[in-house]
Amino acid sequence: MEKAKYTFFSVLKYGSLLLGAFAALLPLVVVLFTSFKSREEMANSTALTPPEDWLNFDNYKRAFFEGNMTVGFMNTVIVLTISIGGAILIGTMIAYILSRFEFKGKNVIMALFLFAVLIPGVTTQVATFQIINDLGLFNTRASAILLFMGTDIISIYIFIQFINQISNQLDESAMLDGASYLTIFGRIILPLLKPAIATVFIVKGVAIYNDFYIPFLYMPKEDLQVVSTALFKFKGPYGTQWEIISAGIMIVILPTLIAFLSLQKYIYNGFTQGAVK
Amino acid sequence: MTNQPGGGGSRFALSFSSLSYKAQRRVIIVLFSLIPLALLVTFSYLPLYRMVYYSFFSWNGFSKNLTFVGFDNYVTIFTRPEYFGVFKVSLYYFFATFVQMAIALYFATILSFRVRGKNFFKGVLFFPYLLNGVAIAFIFMYFFRPDGTLDALLRLFGLGEYIQLWLGNPDIINISLAGTSVWRYMGFNFIIFLGVISSIPSDIYEAADIDGANRWHQFRYIIVPSIRRIIELNVILSISGAIAVFEIPYIMTGGANGSSTFVIQTVDTAFKFGKFGLGSAMAVVLLIIVILVTLIQNKLFKEKGA
Repeated sequence: MEKAKYTFFSVLKYGSLLLGAFAALLPLVVVLFTSFKSREEMANSTALTPPEDWLNFDNYKRAFFEGNMTVGFMNTVIVLTISIGGAILIGTMIAYILSRFEFKGKNVIMALFLFAVLIPGVTTQVATFQIINDLGLFNTRASAILLFMGTDIISIYIFIQFINQISNQLDESAMLDGASYLTIFGRIILPLLKPAIATVFIVKGVAIYNDFYIPFLYMPKEDLQVVSTALFKFKGPYGTQWEIISAGIMIVILPTLIAFLSLQKYIYNGFTQGAVK
Repeated sequence: MTNQPGGGGSRFALSFSSLSYKAQRRVIIVLFSLIPLALLVTFSYLPLYRMVYYSFFSWNGFSKNLTFVGFDNYVTIFTRPEYFGVFKVSLYYFFATFVQMAIALYFATILSFRVRGKNFFKGVLFFPYLLNGVAIAFIFMYFFRPDGTLDALLRLFGLGEYIQLWLGNPDIINISLAGTSVWRYMGFNFIIFLGVISSIPSDIYEAADIDGANRWHQFRYIIVPSIRRIIELNVILSISGAIAVFEIPYIMTGGANGSSTFVIQTVDTAFKFGKFGLGSAMAVVLLIIVILVTLIQNKLFKEKGA
């Protein structure tokens, strides 16, 4: 009796897990199938049929070259590297002074960062657009870089949490050796913040790689397109050519998949720490 | 700005370290907060200020003439159903987030105990969250299109009669889009829940086992209380998320067939139809709603916690 009950729940458990995995994978797998199909094959098969030739890369070639994906990836890498590097540097700096020093205006700064989260990002674009325009940054990479670089309260919190865990005695003994605050920050705090930096790197990196509307609004110029906007352009000319669009989708997803498989552990940690702390 | 660390070179570092610690402290506080605050003010608060300012004007976004119209823009928003009525669409997404959290909680609970293929399931359930929004929009345009993935699947199971115009029928379109949003964000809730549940010390379960508690009891009395705060946080995030839905419906349908959300309306009003004043007023309304919702939530949860 006990055994039968156990088996029943076991079936239920694995059944639901398989169903969940199926639901998560099916939309992706179908797109993978489609990306290898030829025009005629598209017409003569249903969405669920696997392709006849798994090595038919014609659609990938067309998507990659006609979609100017090289430009997209190059711009994404530039924007991503500079804005994450900048965000991490200034994020650790502000977190350092907020966690180590008591000074007037400290709470005001915290409150300013906290309140900024409430402002729904897309809507202020109406006014942000004017500011970027006034600064003469419209249609430059600097626009997206500056907009992504701004630190958010979540990164600041993560850094503060970690800095608070670093013993103050380390700072004090460095001060006995005559180290300046800059040296303490650069030689002690930053190296010990590595796990927090990895967390922010991953969370922000995913957000920037996937962001659509900032490059869409601020860098509409053809040679400034990023991966997202390059893919979005497929909507017009390839309207019904789903085999080309599918190849484009797979090209955009592939780097995410590789990053996920190779950094799995850090990615999970990144997201739990990013949200819970 | 010339005396930036790194930019200023070793001469600056040298003279900096010869300062007293008290002076150093002052310099470093100013130096280290300058850029972050400048960015915050320029790209969060200045837009906010300007947004409120523009909302009282009739303006096309580039002309030198701004005509002061007082509260006219706000009156328009609240009296014309094509502007305010779109909030009904948010209800679909709001409801969807509860479905999403329930699924996430279920899988997180199962996968926090011993399961074969744990890492595989964990990865597969979380992975959609990492995907590019434009890619997801396209994937689901293909999923819902006539003869697309969903139709083929229904035919396979002999359910062909239920086939609909998933993105063409105004009665169904928002369910399809909210479903897409569940697919996209479930993994996020899931991984957060999983993280919290696995941080519960295992001896608590062991003690419960000895006391004869079954899985349901463990879920009810150990897991739920320890993740309550996270659930509350997620509820807040999902309400403001449901109000601010943009990307997926914007790319998939462009807001057609009754799938337009308030943010799509705002962006279209400002950028497509060149009504910056009205668009700004809509953004202000949205911001006020989000703040109100957050405040109410906070108050409710605080009272419950006390």
